Amino acid sequence: MTVAPMKGRSASILTAAPDMKRRNRAEARFRLYGVIAIAVSLSVLAFMLVTIFSDGISSFRQAKLAFPVTLDAGVLDPKGNGNRDEMTKVTTVGYGKVLAKSFLAALDAKGIDTTGLKDKEVGELISKEAAGDLRARVLADPALLGQTIDLVVLANGRIDGYLKGRVTMDSAKLDSNVSPEQLQLADRLSAAGLLDLHWNVAFFTKPDASDQRPEAAGLGVAILGSLYMMILVAVMCVPVGVAASIYLEEFAPKNRWTDLIEVNVSNLAAVPSIVYGILGLAVFINFAGLPQSSSLVGALVISLRTLPTVIIATRASIRAVPPSIRDAALGVGASKMQTVLHHVLPLAMPGILTGTILGLAVALGDTAPLLLIGMVAFVDNYPSLPVDGFLDPATALPVQVYSWATRSDPAFIERSNGAIIVLLVVLITMNLAAVLLRRKFERRW
Amino acid sequence: MTALMLLAVMLILGLIAFFLGRSRSFAQVGGDIRKLHSLPSHYGWHAALMTVLPALGVLILWLVIQPMVMQRQITPMLSPAAQADATAFTLAMDDVRRVADGLDRAVVAGVMTAPEAAAFGTDPTADMAQLHDKLGEVGVALGADLAPETLTAAQAYRDLAGTGAMARMIVVGIAALAGLIFALRATKADLRARNRVERILLGGLMLASSIAILTTIGIVWSMFSESLAFFRQYPIQDFLFGLTWSPNFKGGSELGFLPLLWGTLYISIIAMIVAVPLGLFTAIYLSEYATPRTRALVKPAVEVIAGIPTVVFGLFALITVGPLLRDWLAEPLGLGNSGSSVMTAGLVIGILNIPFVSSLADDILNAVPQTLRDGSYALGATSSETVKQVVLPAALPGIMGAVLMAASRAIGETMVVAMGAGAAAKLSLNPFEAMTTMTVKIVSQLTGDTDFAAPETLVAFALGMTLFVLTLGLNIAALKIVRKYKEQYE
Repeated sequence: MTVAPMKGRSASILTAAPDMKRRNRAEARFRLYGVIAIAVSLSVLAFMLVTIFSDGISSFRQAKLAFPVTLDAGVLDPKGNGNRDEMTKVTTVGYGKVLAKSFLAALDAKGIDTTGLKDKEVGELISKEAAGDLRARVLADPALLGQTIDLVVLANGRIDGYLKGRVTMDSAKLDSNVSPEQLQLADRLSAAGLLDLHWNVAFFTKPDASDQRPEAAGLGVAILGSLYMMILVAVMCVPVGVAASIYLEEFAPKNRWTDLIEVNVSNLAAVPSIVYGILGLAVFINFAGLPQSSSLVGALVISLRTLPTVIIATRASIRAVPPSIRDAALGVGASKMQTVLHHVLPLAMPGILTGTILGLAVALGDTAPLLLIGMVAFVDNYPSLPVDGFLDPATALPVQVYSWATRSDPAFIERSNGAIIVLLVVLITMNLAAVLLRRKFERRW
Repeated sequence: MTALMLLAVMLILGLIAFFLGRSRSFAQVGGDIRKLHSLPSHYGWHAALMTVLPALGVLILWLVIQPMVMQRQITPMLSPAAQADATAFTLAMDDVRRVADGLDRAVVAGVMTAPEAAAFGTDPTADMAQLHDKLGEVGVALGADLAPETLTAAQAYRDLAGTGAMARMIVVGIAALAGLIFALRATKADLRARNRVERILLGGLMLASSIAILTTIGIVWSMFSESLAFFRQYPIQDFLFGLTWSPNFKGGSELGFLPLLWGTLYISIIAMIVAVPLGLFTAIYLSEYATPRTRALVKPAVEVIAGIPTVVFGLFALITVGPLLRDWLAEPLGLGNSGSSVMTAGLVIGILNIPFVSSLADDILNAVPQTLRDGSYALGATSSETVKQVVLPAALPGIMGAVLMAASRAIGETMVVAMGAGAAAKLSLNPFEAMTTMTVKIVSQLTGDTDFAAPETLVAFALGMTLFVLTLGLNIAALKIVRKYKEQYE
């Protein structure tokens, strides 16, 4: 008796039935969804990193003008006696004039054509920051007066943008800060070797600058502020976190109080970071009266925020130490405390260290709580050395990214991207250190 | 001596105490440490702790109490106007502190000699003029309208501070020495030094673990008290059910919370629409299909997203995603021309939540027992059928928990919305319109010049409270679901 093949079934096991084909297609589709999901996530990540990198890398180079400057004693030291106190009466305006005059002379000497531009407009190619820098240099060394020195000064932010392709002839026509003629002059200056992109050390060392001088803005204060905060967080958060974990993992009796602490730790890890900012503002600034914008308050807030992370990581690595170690120590007569401090803790140390570094990396990128405690304020003075410096106003790297991004001049967007690159390099270093530590010390029991 | 120096001296004293205690324990038994109850180092620690801890307690107490006492002493010296009004009083006290601090600094910088500074202000009205110059030299800027009383008060302040510091040094020193002597006298062969030291250590560990509770109390207290102050000035029903958000520091603000809630939820919903499918499929692929090698490569790569600070995503939203959406979607469709929009922020938050969903879901899928899968394969199901009909239903509660946690993160996200969503509080359905969220408004109401008595500032605390309750509720629910689900298979 032959059985007619049922609908959707194959007559032979060697050929796939239509139903099976459909199921296999569904299988392939389902698999593809997974691949697509991963591809989308990773390509967005790659796209983001590429845009940030390509927009930000140019901030490590800066347009500078190189020309000899004659420090006219008649202007800079009107009394002519080299008295430093009297020289301080000459403001940056005076120095600006000296710079502009020398610049024009240098153009003449090189035979660069400046027709169509007023002398003032030529002088505008020099950054307003340059006069201040020169003033500080002359006041530090009055012997320079009357000499002619070779100077490399910052060019105006728009000229910098032109060299990097951010400012074009078309955009200059609409721009009140720069004219196409000035850009053409910049072309001639580049050709003559007076104007060039230089490696921008000031980006890492100088403090923030005002809205009109993006070319002078640097990360110095932000890097210092972040460094101070990380030191304080490491000093405050890590010992407390480790101590709390030891207690919860090794000593805590099973009771209501312990349960309460456990629930608290896991919930605190999920509280939005901005809530910690409100806490910091209300408790540390308004109630305890600590100074606003200081790295101490920032570190306190970030410490509280990072504490749950550190506790969770530390507890995991303490738990990973096998009970046999504890039994052996207790067996030879060590007390509970000695067992923990002499045996469990050293064995858990690599794990704790790894978790801590990762926690600090998260802490370094935390921004929202710092906005509320005033670290977004414009700070152009370096905080002094610790311990006093912990109370001085400072900013932090991620906050600097934010505050530059909110300024109107596109030159600050470039700087903001540059700041992100610095931040990411630090984060990658920290994460690599954590991975290497884990590789080196990880122990399977 | 400053408090910090005092602390350093205390620690040095503690170090000395450690060695004294240890050598005394040796001496007690003639060098035969078998006769000691504890190890010699325990006696050392005992002495050190006994020296440092009481002195530290005294120092902390002193630091808290001294400013209060000084304020009481100074208050009668201030002008009557300053004494009458709380704000004027704080300002006047700040001035007093600044002048006193400036005089101290002037002495350090060598602008004045110490006796000169002390005599400064014997004739307040005449010296006021000089004060600005002298303090200006050391970088202390003073307001122009300083009352002569301030200078007198500042001198009294300096006197009190000087006496206080001297007294503090003596009292703390006595406490430390008393502790040391007590510890050394107690150091006998049968002193249970180890037990004492360990008990103190255990107390320290306990204290550290209660910081988590203190933080929660701090959060709740700080937001609750300020929210209460807000609701005293602004009716709670207007806040909860108001449809307009237009704060105005000149008064007459409307602080309706619904537009902010709507913005927050709308953005979070879009974020979840992006994050849940992408995160879930990533997790399914990684746990069910990927070879161990692919998994080892892809999983950390996806988690890189979680390691990038959110401000970076904020900038990405601001300068890349926003303009992209505006030029390619919003403007051609005629839905608006704003770069910052609900869609921008939602998409970017969705992306940044992918690793969060995927790693939580991955853990949960891995917790589904292999026997369930094996049973399904044995019945002839394909992998995808197994996932859809066996693994996912089994893991559903856990995945729900993961989704709730991701939602709570999306609601609490600040930087991306601050940079990508806009600042206008609106009740609109158009996803390409700029809207704002609770977190953004917390930032904008609390940054810049703020007056902590105005409802426009205090509303931020009420918003924070709502945010805290919302996210906490979501998290507790999520944790409960996940825990219940885990128990099912353990």
